[in-house]
Amino acid sequence: MLRYVIRRILMLIGIIFVISIGSFFLIHLLPGNITAVIEGPGASPENQAKLYKLLGLNRPIYEQYFVWINNILHGNLGTSFISQTSVATTIGNALPIDLEMMFLSQILAFAAAIPMAMRSARKPDGIVDRFFSAGSFTMLSVPPFIVVILLVLFVTYKLGIPHTGPSSYVSLRADWIGNLESMALPAITLALGSFVVYFRVLRSDLIATLQEEFITMARSKGISQRRIMWRHAFRPSSVALLGAAGVNIGGLLAGGFVVQYLLNIPGLGYTLITSINTDDYLLVQGIVLVVSVGVVLINFIFDFIINIVDPRISRE
Amino acid sequence: MSNTFLELEELALVEKPEKKKPLGPLFWICVGWIVLNIFGAIFANVLPLQNPLFQDYGTINAGPSLHHLFGTDDIGRDIFSRIVFGSRVSITVGFGSMVIGFGIGAPLGMLAAFRRGRFDTIVTTFMYILLAFPAIIATIAVLSFWTPRSVFKIILVIGLASVPLVYRVIRTATLSVATKDYVVAAKVQGATDRRILMKELLPNIAPIGISFLLIGVATVIALEGTLAFLGLSVVVPTPSWGNMINESRTVLQQNPWLAIFPSLALCFFLLSLNFIGDRLRSHFDVTEVKL
Repeated sequence: MLRYVIRRILMLIGIIFVISIGSFFLIHLLPGNITAVIEGPGASPENQAKLYKLLGLNRPIYEQYFVWINNILHGNLGTSFISQTSVATTIGNALPIDLEMMFLSQILAFAAAIPMAMRSARKPDGIVDRFFSAGSFTMLSVPPFIVVILLVLFVTYKLGIPHTGPSSYVSLRADWIGNLESMALPAITLALGSFVVYFRVLRSDLIATLQEEFITMARSKGISQRRIMWRHAFRPSSVALLGAAGVNIGGLLAGGFVVQYLLNIPGLGYTLITSINTDDYLLVQGIVLVVSVGVVLINFIFDFIINIVDPRISRE
Repeated sequence: MSNTFLELEELALVEKPEKKKPLGPLFWICVGWIVLNIFGAIFANVLPLQNPLFQDYGTINAGPSLHHLFGTDDIGRDIFSRIVFGSRVSITVGFGSMVIGFGIGAPLGMLAAFRRGRFDTIVTTFMYILLAFPAIIATIAVLSFWTPRSVFKIILVIGLASVPLVYRVIRTATLSVATKDYVVAAKVQGATDRRILMKELLPNIAPIGISFLLIGVATVIALEGTLAFLGLSVVVPTPSWGNMINESRTVLQQNPWLAIFPSLALCFFLLSLNFIGDRLRSHFDVTEVKL
């Protein structure tokens, strides 16, 4: 186990190093004079000097990387020349909203996927299973932006539920009921996407597990169906589910971008898109870096959880 | 890369093989639908369609009618013809980037699985590091910095981002074939590497390759839609399914048709691709030969 952990941590460090290099070089994709592009045509000499200091632009490229990474490790992601606020502060304000959205959507997705997969797996190819499977397969082909638009069309305009449409975000501190209302559509949208994946993965694993001998054994002892499902079949079947969840939650950070943008929810995704539109490159770079590292860390954590659930993996 | 790409791939490895079913009529309906869409995209100029950019201020936000099959948008453009023309961007980006992804990833994957040894170790480690990089964020980041944007750049960036994924799938598929008796027999007979790769391995991994390619195209088309929402896809007024849906948001209450028709076009196309891919996979029973 320890050797496995050490190997994974070394791998993690390597990946984060690659991510940092990737994010660093983004700035150099900009056409023309970097300071002019980043600060706009009216760049003051004072601002230019700041940027030179931050990015080490007058030095050779490998030294520039060290200047940049040194700043980042000290929490200095630069100051946006558009909004005059520190990039780190902006990200710090937006991140909790993403976390809340992710948390809500995952609770919904698991709450729906686990019982439905169990129901389906009990009689594979039965009516219920066919219905659920066909439905989940169809949902795979509906991108989140379409789900949002349909939800807005029906929930906000037809049913008229308050705080659900675009531009109606209520912050958690101001009013938590309003906040839940405004988080409902994004959470449901992301939950649907996750649900489809979890349901399909868990269903096929459960079907396989239920054919194993220890299940037949449990049945012959007269243990109830419910107990067999939860106590005997669920744990060995949940490894692939956790794997899918790790990949999926990482993807949610990115997939949530469009949803946030459509509903004007000021999380990281929304901030990223507005900063792309205003050419606020330092902010874009900061968000890309934070989100990428976040995704990698989430995958890393899920690898650990999987190991706890199924210790055989690390012994290989 | 939208996440479904990864998940679908995982499903492909996880799901147990089901009974071998015939392809069935639904499969051929889906194939027909894809062919029809591609036909429409290629011949959009020649077909008797209205000009997708013509603004008829006399009839704005009109519902479906005989003259405008799907109605008109908020500045009087014909929605049906915009959908047909819009399919061009989606289909080009979808297939184009998969051509790049498979063009690089597939030969590398086959070679690595066939040769094994140090070459395999180096390339595989490198690809796994790239895989850990969230591809969709990388795509968004590169496209937002690499101005001015064009369809070609979008294809190139998405195509390159998909290489590690394609590599992994093809490598795994090749590994499962490379140890089979007939490959060993070919080696014993003194067949050249090129011959074994092209005549023995390629035909056997083609089914999973093709089904993964179709699912990949579907994923990329959804991704293009996402990019259109973020303002990172083709420049308006060129229609694409993504930017039509995006434009519809401002008039959603007055004219829901403008959102519904392009969404349906997009979903049916994706559903057909996914269905064909999934059916092909289970038909050729790829999981049976899994490692």
